[in-house]
Amino acid sequence: MIAFLVRRLLQAIAVMAVVALCAFFMFQFVGDPVNQMVGEDATNADREYLREQLGLNDPIPVQFGNFALKAAQGDFGVSYQHKRPVSILIMERMPATLELAVTAAILAALLGVPAGVYTGLRRFGFASKMIMTLSLIGISLPTFLIGILLIYLFAVILGWLPSFGRGDVVSIGGWESNFLSVSGLKSIILPAITLALFQMTFIMRLIRSEMLEVLRTDFIKFARARGLHNRAVNYGHALKNTLVPVITIIGLQLGSLIAFAIITETVFQWPGMGQLFLQAVQVVDIPIMSAYLILIAFFFVVINLIVDMLYYVVDPRLRVDQPAGGGGHG
Amino acid sequence: MVDQATGSPLQTPEAPASPPSTWHRIWDSDVFYSFRSSKVTMVAAFLTALIFLLAIFAPLVAPHSPYDVATVDLMDAELPPAWEAEGDPRFLLGTDNLGRDLWSTILYGTRISLLVGFLSVIFGLVVGVGLGLVSGYVGGYVDSFIMRVAEIQLSIPGILIALLLAGTLRGVLSAEAYNDAIVYVLVLTIGTSIWPQFARTVRGSTLVERNKEYVLAARVIGLSRLAIMIRHVLPNVMGPVLVIATINLAIAILSEATLSFLGVGVPPTEPSLGTLINEGQNYLFSGLWWITIFPGTVLAILVLAVNLLGDWLRDALNPKLR
Repeated sequence: MIAFLVRRLLQAIAVMAVVALCAFFMFQFVGDPVNQMVGEDATNADREYLREQLGLNDPIPVQFGNFALKAAQGDFGVSYQHKRPVSILIMERMPATLELAVTAAILAALLGVPAGVYTGLRRFGFASKMIMTLSLIGISLPTFLIGILLIYLFAVILGWLPSFGRGDVVSIGGWESNFLSVSGLKSIILPAITLALFQMTFIMRLIRSEMLEVLRTDFIKFARARGLHNRAVNYGHALKNTLVPVITIIGLQLGSLIAFAIITETVFQWPGMGQLFLQAVQVVDIPIMSAYLILIAFFFVVINLIVDMLYYVVDPRLRVDQPAGGGGHG
Repeated sequence: MVDQATGSPLQTPEAPASPPSTWHRIWDSDVFYSFRSSKVTMVAAFLTALIFLLAIFAPLVAPHSPYDVATVDLMDAELPPAWEAEGDPRFLLGTDNLGRDLWSTILYGTRISLLVGFLSVIFGLVVGVGLGLVSGYVGGYVDSFIMRVAEIQLSIPGILIALLLAGTLRGVLSAEAYNDAIVYVLVLTIGTSIWPQFARTVRGSTLVERNKEYVLAARVIGLSRLAIMIRHVLPNVMGPVLVIATINLAIAILSEATLSFLGVGVPPTEPSLGTLINEGQNYLFSGLWWITIFPGTVLAILVLAVNLLGDWLRDALNPKLR
């Protein structure tokens, strides 16, 4: 167990180092940051001073070392566009994105899991076929189009829900929340549905195929032969055995929810990290782009680690001592 | 597991008196049988073919050319579809905010979507299959390195990779050069975001193939590693690649539309499904629904049809899945 954890941790650190290297090289590829920061009328002496100040005259490995060291402490430099520290910009917008992503994840799981179980158990039922067809349409409709259609229906035609923004947010110790005001709650409905829809269909199809896989195994037949209730077989035996892959995938999907929030936030003008990132891409604001890359990678690595550990907890077979394999897995 | 009994025609005796024609062998093959027996798949194939043909022959089919500035008149802007009260019979699906005929613009836009989609998949396929072959056949450090890179990339959503690459390229190229080279930029970014799937699959099958007797035989007669990889292993690992390529075509088309919608893809002056939807979004509140809804429908149908074909291909080539 310890060896497993240590190996995973080392891998995680290696991944972060590689991602940091990518983020660092984005600065190298894209022109001279000094030009982005000084005005047109700056003298050469000014520029040289700034270069020295920014450490741009150091050898590249030293620059990377400094960059990684600062990044590890949460210092990603100053945005070209906003002229403010990137870490503060991101921190201000993180609550909006996290609330949206978590709401969407809960929504997706609450609807996706039952739908998956149902379609798995009643494979040939009429309702199952309807759900499967709908889910295929859900997968094929791009996120942004779903958002636009929802806006058109619920905001433009019916006028029930706001079409953009977060509404009134209530601040609790610096964390601006949507959940404490009526207009905030109303505002999060459409974006959350938009973001959740793809994940929901994904979870549903995954659970369905896992259920089908498990239901045809011998131990299910045996359970039925023992005369257990359908409920006990379906939920106690079958569903329980689908949970390992499902937990993994749902965990990993949480990370992509944050990434897909870029699109949803753009459609709904939701003031989150994704919107900040997209604006940065449009004007090539490298500090924000690299910080976002590192942050997302960090989310993914942490979620991966947690999922690996959960795996260990959920599936007892993994706890049996394996031959010390290490190296060539994979 | 007993499904074989359900009357599936595994039949057609392999060696009748006269050998069956190629056409008959295709018609009777398992893959084609499952095609014939699925109405949904046939509809999907028909729709895909229809959209492909319309896009390829857009210059012949489209009543107007969105590239031809002379025929575009701002006075015609924002006209509803022809069947609405204020519609103009010249413009079947209405016009967009610039006065371009929506039907023609959609046709030309689909062209760009398909072009970018196909080229991206080809790019991702060539890179991915190549690296996967090398990874699986050569093994060792090369293998660990390639697979680590693929793993890291797979853990980050493709659209994010594409956005980061597009953003970086925006910084490297001038705005004009970026717009001129936009098709190549999109192919590079989208292709890069999908190669790991090909690499992982091909590596997996290569690991199985490399120890089979025909590979050993090829080694015994002294063929070079490259020749074995390309002439002997490659043809035997291409089956799953076809499935991944089809599914990724849908993903690539979606990515192009998404990038264009987000404003880092095809510039608004060029016709593209994504940019049309983006433009139309601004007019949705004033009731101009058609600028968004029509291109959106075409995009959704195209992606849905390609997805259905991919699903069918996966099931047809993998009999283990019911």
